[in-house]
Amino acid sequence: MYAQMVKTAGTGVKSRAEMSAEEARFQDRIDDDQKIEPKDWMPEDYRATLIRQIGQHAHSEIVGQLPEGNWITRAPTLERKAILLAKVQDEAGHGLYLYSAAETLGVSRDELTEMLLDGRMKYSSIFNYPTLNWADIGAVGWLVDGAAIMNQVPLQRTSYGPYSRAMIRICKEESFHQRQGYDIMMKMAQGTDAQKKMAQDALNRFWYPSLMMFGPSDKDSVHSAQSMAWKIKINTNDELRQKFVDQTVPQAEYLGLTVPDEGLCWNAEKGGYDFSQPDWSEFFAVLKGGGPCNRERMNDRIKAWEDGAWVRDGLLAHGRKKQAAKHAAE
Amino acid sequence: MTKDDALFQFLLRMGDNTLILGHRVSEWCGHSPVLEEDIALANTALDMIGQTQLWLGLAGEVEGNGRSADDLAFLRDAWDFRNVLLTELPNGDFGQTLMRQFLFDAFQSVMLNWLQDSSNTRIAEIAEKASKEVSYHLERSGDTVIGLGDGTEESHAKMQAALDYLWPYVGEMFDGDAVDAVLAKEGIAPDPAELRPEFDAIVGAVLAEATLTVPDSPFVHKGGRDGRMHTEHLGHLLTQMQWLQRAYPGATW
Repeated sequence: MYAQMVKTAGTGVKSRAEMSAEEARFQDRIDDDQKIEPKDWMPEDYRATLIRQIGQHAHSEIVGQLPEGNWITRAPTLERKAILLAKVQDEAGHGLYLYSAAETLGVSRDELTEMLLDGRMKYSSIFNYPTLNWADIGAVGWLVDGAAIMNQVPLQRTSYGPYSRAMIRICKEESFHQRQGYDIMMKMAQGTDAQKKMAQDALNRFWYPSLMMFGPSDKDSVHSAQSMAWKIKINTNDELRQKFVDQTVPQAEYLGLTVPDEGLCWNAEKGGYDFSQPDWSEFFAVLKGGGPCNRERMNDRIKAWEDGAWVRDGLLAHGRKKQAAKHAAE
Repeated sequence: MTKDDALFQFLLRMGDNTLILGHRVSEWCGHSPVLEEDIALANTALDMIGQTQLWLGLAGEVEGNGRSADDLAFLRDAWDFRNVLLTELPNGDFGQTLMRQFLFDAFQSVMLNWLQDSSNTRIAEIAEKASKEVSYHLERSGDTVIGLGDGTEESHAKMQAALDYLWPYVGEMFDGDAVDAVLAKEGIAPDPAELRPEFDAIVGAVLAEATLTVPDSPFVHKGGRDGRMHTEHLGHLLTQMQWLQRAYPGATW
């Protein structure tokens, strides 16, 4: 999931005694693993939280085109160029499914876009980091899509039907992307000295930002507790981060690359790795706009939206003319 | 000129057109006016890069010097490229990109239609595969040209400006030479001049519906398909496209 720090609407988990009759019936359905569909009654806070989460996820897919698009024109072979184009096209497609899922909650894609562009909504912090060498494209697939999958697989079971169904489609494509990313890393890690250096450099820069993708520890968060009670969120951030580290470290070893964490070691007792936390002050700074590429990413999106206004207006005007001509003919 | 020399040149023309235009279109990634267009442009670029692999792959075989499609794409200098100038022109605004795409798609659809009956079965097979993609590209770019040409006053003005800028690059696509004469005699590829009436019919119908006017100017830019004189833009495109292959020779990616 490319959504972090989604603030759950409301005041925290209500006890059964505090719930209205409608709320209690709703919670029963959730507890019974029934899917909530657009026309079903739902608490306003559930709706608001989902809009925030799905919207942030959709925006991440859209902004996420930019760091990868940065290398499409420099892809080193025709095959790599084709694979990267197909991948970025998939990301845009994910954005489309997710905006459609959000629309079923009563918010339009244009409204969500405006909220992104004026800073009311966020996208994942990871896309504020630059892609500086070709191995970064491998690292994005391997680590960033890897972290996204870790989050999204449980969300296939999320309680809101349209979101859950979007996740099922998205997960299939993401795991394909992750394999392609790892394949780039393999080629680089087995390549020339310069290529190995690129691969290590990419891992050094993307390791901690990837760990940040899961968000800060939420074990004491009332917001997370409510989202988990609603089954909008299935696992805690820490559980997923641990799973990601446990899966990724052996893959890095297989590549012959060094994870940039001196504190990393296997903990036999817990059956997982101990690892260093990312610098959370950096994470909060990036969320507030102080990351390496925040301004570039937003400027690019704003420019695309503003430069494209005449195109959207033109096509709408043409559509209206056609409609009018059709009515006149009838 | 031997038949194989001519065939090699022709295949470079086909492959370089899709390579260079596919590259240009891919520059839009993440920057288009609406999400559906980002998807459509990436998809169009992807199709063209796929076609490039087929055309340049066959070109390398015909040449017989062991050069792969990648070698041809990434290790030739500008004077060896054989794409028409239209494909290397910068994207400009969205209207200019779509107008360029439409003019190329119209040409390409007529060309591929002919090539499906080529006496060279390898060419006929590639043409058959590519023509399915290109007929969809043409439908989409034609619809967009109509929508924007017959949209608002502003969109109409931008599309007319795009057409005025691009029209002088159309003639080159139909400007046959000795390469074409050799292949036409063998039934391998057409004399491109023959394709012009069908192109004019497709383009004329769309531009009329788009309320756009073909400029009344006989001037034609050429020099791309024979490599005599490309625009200044191609060199810049190649510096970006070929950079990794040039900077790290012999590496496998």
